[in-house]
Amino acid sequence: MKKFFIAIMLVLVPVVASANTGGVHLDKMSPDPTNKESLQRGMKTFVNYCMGCHSANYQRYERAATDLGIPNELVQQNLIFGDSKVGEQMTIAMPKADAAAWFGNPPPDLTLETRLRGEDWVYTYLRSFYKDPARPWGVNNVVFPDVGMPNILEGLQGLQVNHCTKEEMAHHEKTIDPLTGLEMGGCLSVAEKGSLSEEEFDKTIYDLVNFMSYMGNPVKLESQAIGYKVLIFLFIFFFFAYALKKEYWKDVH
Amino acid sequence: MAGARNKGNPGFMGWIDDRFPLTAMWDDHLAKYYAPKNFNFWYFFGSLALLVLVNQLLTGIWLTMSYNPTAEGAFASVEYIMRDVDYGWLLRYMHSTGASAFFAVVYLHMFRGLLYGSYRKPRELVWIFGMTIYLALMAEAFMGYLLPWGQMSYWGAQVIVSLFSAVPVIGPDLAEWIRGDYLISGITLNRFFSLHVVALPIVLLGLVVMHIIALHEVGSNNPDGIEIKEKKDENGVPLDGIPFHPYYTVKDIVGVVVFLFVFCLIIFFFPEMGGYFIEQPNFEPANPLKTPPHIAPVWYFTPFYAMLRAIPPIAASQFPGVVVMGGAIAILFVLPWLDRSPVKSMRYKGWISKVMLVIFAISFVILGYLGVVPSSPGRTLVAQICTALYFAYFFLMPFYTRMESTKPVPERVTG
Repeated sequence: MKKFFIAIMLVLVPVVASANTGGVHLDKMSPDPTNKESLQRGMKTFVNYCMGCHSANYQRYERAATDLGIPNELVQQNLIFGDSKVGEQMTIAMPKADAAAWFGNPPPDLTLETRLRGEDWVYTYLRSFYKDPARPWGVNNVVFPDVGMPNILEGLQGLQVNHCTKEEMAHHEKTIDPLTGLEMGGCLSVAEKGSLSEEEFDKTIYDLVNFMSYMGNPVKLESQAIGYKVLIFLFIFFFFAYALKKEYWKDVH
Repeated sequence: MAGARNKGNPGFMGWIDDRFPLTAMWDDHLAKYYAPKNFNFWYFFGSLALLVLVNQLLTGIWLTMSYNPTAEGAFASVEYIMRDVDYGWLLRYMHSTGASAFFAVVYLHMFRGLLYGSYRKPRELVWIFGMTIYLALMAEAFMGYLLPWGQMSYWGAQVIVSLFSAVPVIGPDLAEWIRGDYLISGITLNRFFSLHVVALPIVLLGLVVMHIIALHEVGSNNPDGIEIKEKKDENGVPLDGIPFHPYYTVKDIVGVVVFLFVFCLIIFFFPEMGGYFIEQPNFEPANPLKTPPHIAPVWYFTPFYAMLRAIPPIAASQFPGVVVMGGAIAILFVLPWLDRSPVKSMRYKGWISKVMLVIFAISFVILGYLGVVPSSPGRTLVAQICTALYFAYFFLMPFYTRMESTKPVPERVTG
């Protein structure tokens, strides 16, 4: 029967492994919740740019301040623009009905955005706006075609143009030529420069998505810290439990 | 059955036993319940199912303290539990992972039954109570999944409840009666909450008690499928039996530790389990105006969901698919009367039974996978074949179990 069990596992593993396939190519982004500087910069970008339209209704300023190592007074003075108190959630004043009229859809709450779409998606999406005069805000997006959102970070990034057809965009993948160090096969390039270089901009977005990833699951580090202790305890306890079982079962023949 | 046992003894326990059969119950179900000594790996999952049930009840009680069962407040209250309630995230992940763990151990527990013929006479009622637990558990899990009020909660419930509207004549009224509304709404959420936290847990607990009482009446089966009660010593103790306590309590603790290791690994490090235990669309609040591009039930329902999709509609009615899906579960209830083999355990059955069981298990797993992914014509064909194989295991059982030659069953249990 062991053979049978192994056979089942062998059938299962490739099935589970291949269950997740995506459409558009997404650039990889691995969040680092231990990098507090990155998270702090990300929070700054988030409240300065995103929170013009997007709320983070489930996240409290104070919790973020504590977890990111920012003193409450600094948050109150520099990161809260309305009359919110530091203990309150990161809400916005824009009424949903107005927002729906302006953008077509009200801008979604972003607290859980990275858990909904994944870090890679958000990281690629925010860097994939390009000039498209046919759209109301003058820009379109490779990852989210015909999105209702303007490129709020255009001042930092500059304006990108798209060299690809729709068909090519679906397989859009940035590769670096190993000899020249130049980018090959990318669909987008910056036509009008912004205040940041491409590298600096990518780093800004990394920090922002890193913060959003923290916000989606603020207990991640605490959870893992407790997890290691629990697993070590169970590992040690196993030997005692097994020894106890052996002792009792000595007289079963 | 307690009768006059343990009466008139001195001390505190004597005082209790004169008024309540505590010692008698302890003896009947633990200290003098004789279980076969040859239980193997597959026999851990019954006690593990009980452990997970307790986990669900306890974490559920604490989650209910902070959960808000309204369409306006449900989603936010779950995030409140995750962020503002002390260790609320732990309670929630224990509960959500516990739901999947419950089905994992129950499926393995049921497979054990198929493997060693634990449903055969005299254990037909043990099996039927068990199947009823499984049915109640599916209802419990389905209603619980609506409570976070995410997109997949909402649309999953919409799809499943609409299955009832495929029933001829009364269908649409029936679906409306279940929802309490023309679509899934706050009214549905209220009643599912009530059923999830009060009605179904009571039913489940009652059924578990009946499952165990019936089991302890007839005694446990074992990997050899022989009745240990037929060979007893001079004291009436089965020769191949050992007291459940302490032998199987200490053995099950080892199983519990191994189980908890995997369980905690998921809770603390992979609570969404790559979208299989908590689906990504559920991080967006329910929106009745926006259908997710791909609606998939949680993994433990997907084999039956794949069957539903595999059956083509007849006269624009999904009813045949619903019948097949319901039949796939219903047929398990009559399993004790389908198996005509002279032996119980797979160890002594012929090769046809073995092959059929392997095909059945593989079909079930493939159906589970097909229920997760979007359908395509090729996948639908595979799902149809697997559905046919699933039913073939049962429909052909009366024939192949009688036809095949079996091995002789030993007098006493083997290792």
